[in-house]
Amino acid sequence: MSNGIEPTQTTVEPSVDAPKTPAMGEEVVIRLDNVNKWFGHFHVLKDINLDVRRGERVVVCGPSGSGKSTVIRCINRLEEHQQGDIIVNGVTLTNDVKAIEAIRKDVGMVFQSFNLFPHLTVLENLILGPIWVNKTPRKEAVDTAMYYLERVKIPEQASKYPGQLSGGQQQRVAIARSLCMKPSIMLFDEPTSALDPEMIKEVLDVMVELAQEGMTMICVTHEMGFARSVADTVVFMADGQIVEKNSPKELFANPQEERTRQFLSQIIQH
Amino acid sequence: MADHSSARGAPAAKGSAPPRKTSFLNDQRVRGVLYQILTIGAVVAVGWYLVHNTLTNLAARDIATGFGFLDREAGFDISESVIEYSPADTYGRVLLAGLLNTLKVSIIGIVLATLIGTIIGIARLSNNWLVAKLSSVYVEAMRNVPLLLQLFFWYAIIGVALPHPREALEPVEGWFLSNRGFRFPYPVWETGWTLAVIGLVLAAVITWWLNKRAARIQGETGRRPNVLIPGIALFIGLPVILWALGGAPTAIDVPEMAGFNFRGGASVSPEFAALLLGLTLYTAAFIAEIVRGGILSVHYGQTEAAVALGLKRGLVMRLVLLPQALRVIIPPLTSQYLNLTKNSSLAIAIGYPDLVATANTSINQTGQAVEGVAIIMATYLTVSLSISAFMNWYNSYIALRGGRS
Ligand SMILES: Nc1ncnc2c1ncn2[C@@H]1O[C@H](COP(=O)(O)OP(=O)(O)O)[C@@H](O)[C@H]1O
Ligand SMILES: [Mg+2]
Repeated sequence: MSNGIEPTQTTVEPSVDAPKTPAMGEEVVIRLDNVNKWFGHFHVLKDINLDVRRGERVVVCGPSGSGKSTVIRCINRLEEHQQGDIIVNGVTLTNDVKAIEAIRKDVGMVFQSFNLFPHLTVLENLILGPIWVNKTPRKEAVDTAMYYLERVKIPEQASKYPGQLSGGQQQRVAIARSLCMKPSIMLFDEPTSALDPEMIKEVLDVMVELAQEGMTMICVTHEMGFARSVADTVVFMADGQIVEKNSPKELFANPQEERTRQFLSQIIQH
Repeated sequence: MADHSSARGAPAAKGSAPPRKTSFLNDQRVRGVLYQILTIGAVVAVGWYLVHNTLTNLAARDIATGFGFLDREAGFDISESVIEYSPADTYGRVLLAGLLNTLKVSIIGIVLATLIGTIIGIARLSNNWLVAKLSSVYVEAMRNVPLLLQLFFWYAIIGVALPHPREALEPVEGWFLSNRGFRFPYPVWETGWTLAVIGLVLAAVITWWLNKRAARIQGETGRRPNVLIPGIALFIGLPVILWALGGAPTAIDVPEMAGFNFRGGASVSPEFAALLLGLTLYTAAFIAEIVRGGILSVHYGQTEAAVALGLKRGLVMRLVLLPQALRVIIPPLTSQYLNLTKNSSLAIAIGYPDLVATANTSINQTGQAVEGVAIIMATYLTVSLSISAFMNWYNSYIALRGGRS
């Protein structure tokens, strides 16, 4: 306890002090069972075991290059793992194209670099998936899109092109684009790392709200304020392994591993 | 330029420096205008010198100038023509026939080269090792052998590898492949056939309308009605019905041997086939590289984002990658279209009567080299500018829909 670290001086605190209202369920929606992955000869993921329950909010942190992105990209098969099992919503990820498409439909993903489609307007970005993947009637898709644009507080930008928006607005559109697919799970890969400090908060606010509604989320992020206020579980990764996993309170106050301690002191100092 | 008279904030002890006198020749705008005047002057002077010299020389050699020869009888035959032509026709008409032959091979070549090039370009990016490798080999082979050589190659293949008309290959009854080209049965033209062609056009129009309707219904209900099957039915059904209504003509002109060659039916000449093959396959290799480069120019995150939404690979290509790649593809694609059109003048090497070939013969016979070359240049310029204009319009049409990125 003596050298416990209180992560209070993080750069950005979400404005909403999130009461962790909806309790997570018992049902495991994502299971990684002894997952191993190599890039050529490089062993990037080593025996990853992780269960995520419905409604659970998991924050993954760790030094750069530790395999955080690779883990979550394996969950929707943007990367292929070579050993072990990944089971999402009861479906085991194999090379079965249908299973992969079904999982991708139900798992939203937000990238560090937004990856909006620059040739489509904001609205068109939002309705592309619903129309072509879910076969939603256009009018319904537009209604849903406008609903989520309201939710991320930029309905007035609907007819603009992504290049005309600020980074924070683009990332909020990207979140809305994922939500329009009505996913049950959301993956975030450092959603605020490419943003100027003054825009980080507007994106975190949206994520906090989502968390409060009980969305199952896995977020790779170094926003420790966010982790502390909304996460149920914080996973610390280093060198392709899960070093430590605990509730944010425990992990921050009482890290069990030396590596965790080092890492936390580094990111919390500045 | 800077205002020198107000030295802001400077102590006025010695008085501000007097405004520097700058010669008006140092003014950027004056210089711009001056350079343009000089350029125009130089061009006019050189042009005048050339024209004057040419006219003097022609007069000295007693060669009449002017385009009067266009109305005179050409007196030479050409091996094939889209329009009726006989040696009794004028030079004007033989040049027109040549131009139409140029346009025929260029237009068909552009369409085929675009199709083949796009397929090969996408195939080169395939995850399938064999498909990607084969496409690379194709591109490298085609790009690195001079076109003229390829034309000779195809011409030789047709001339040497294919048998004489007497032993012509007949893969399907009535369809002959020989070193005299490709001959196939052709209907004796009657109203029924005209109606059948109208049926085809109608089918195209209705299918286009069905496609629009499908998009609308997809908008309303989310389900896109199948257009492929009704489309195919229309394309087969409508011509057949109209053909039957037009009296169901059945007379077919089947080619048959008469002496040393075929008579009847329709034909594709070895020259046209070799030129079309050469131009198409050669240009397709360049187009493949342009398409591949265009697709690669789209950031990989675009594919990932689209795939993460659950879009199938084909839709990712069609909805996300190609629209973005097109903006990169179109300008160099335009150059390839222009190249193909201009390269079609290599026709002269294998005896296909294109514009250059017919103009060349006309020049030889009349001595009107300046006029002949002027006609060739003006024609290619017109065709090239038309292609450029169309592609520029298409490019801005796409850009308008795309906004900036
Ligand atoms: N496509 C790839 N090919 C080869 N190595 C990769 C690839 N993607 C990531 N890596 C390597 O895998 C390691 C883990 O990457 P990543 O999961 O992106 O780490 P993190 O997100 O934790 O920073 C890094 O060393 C990275 O260089
Ligand atoms: Mg990463």
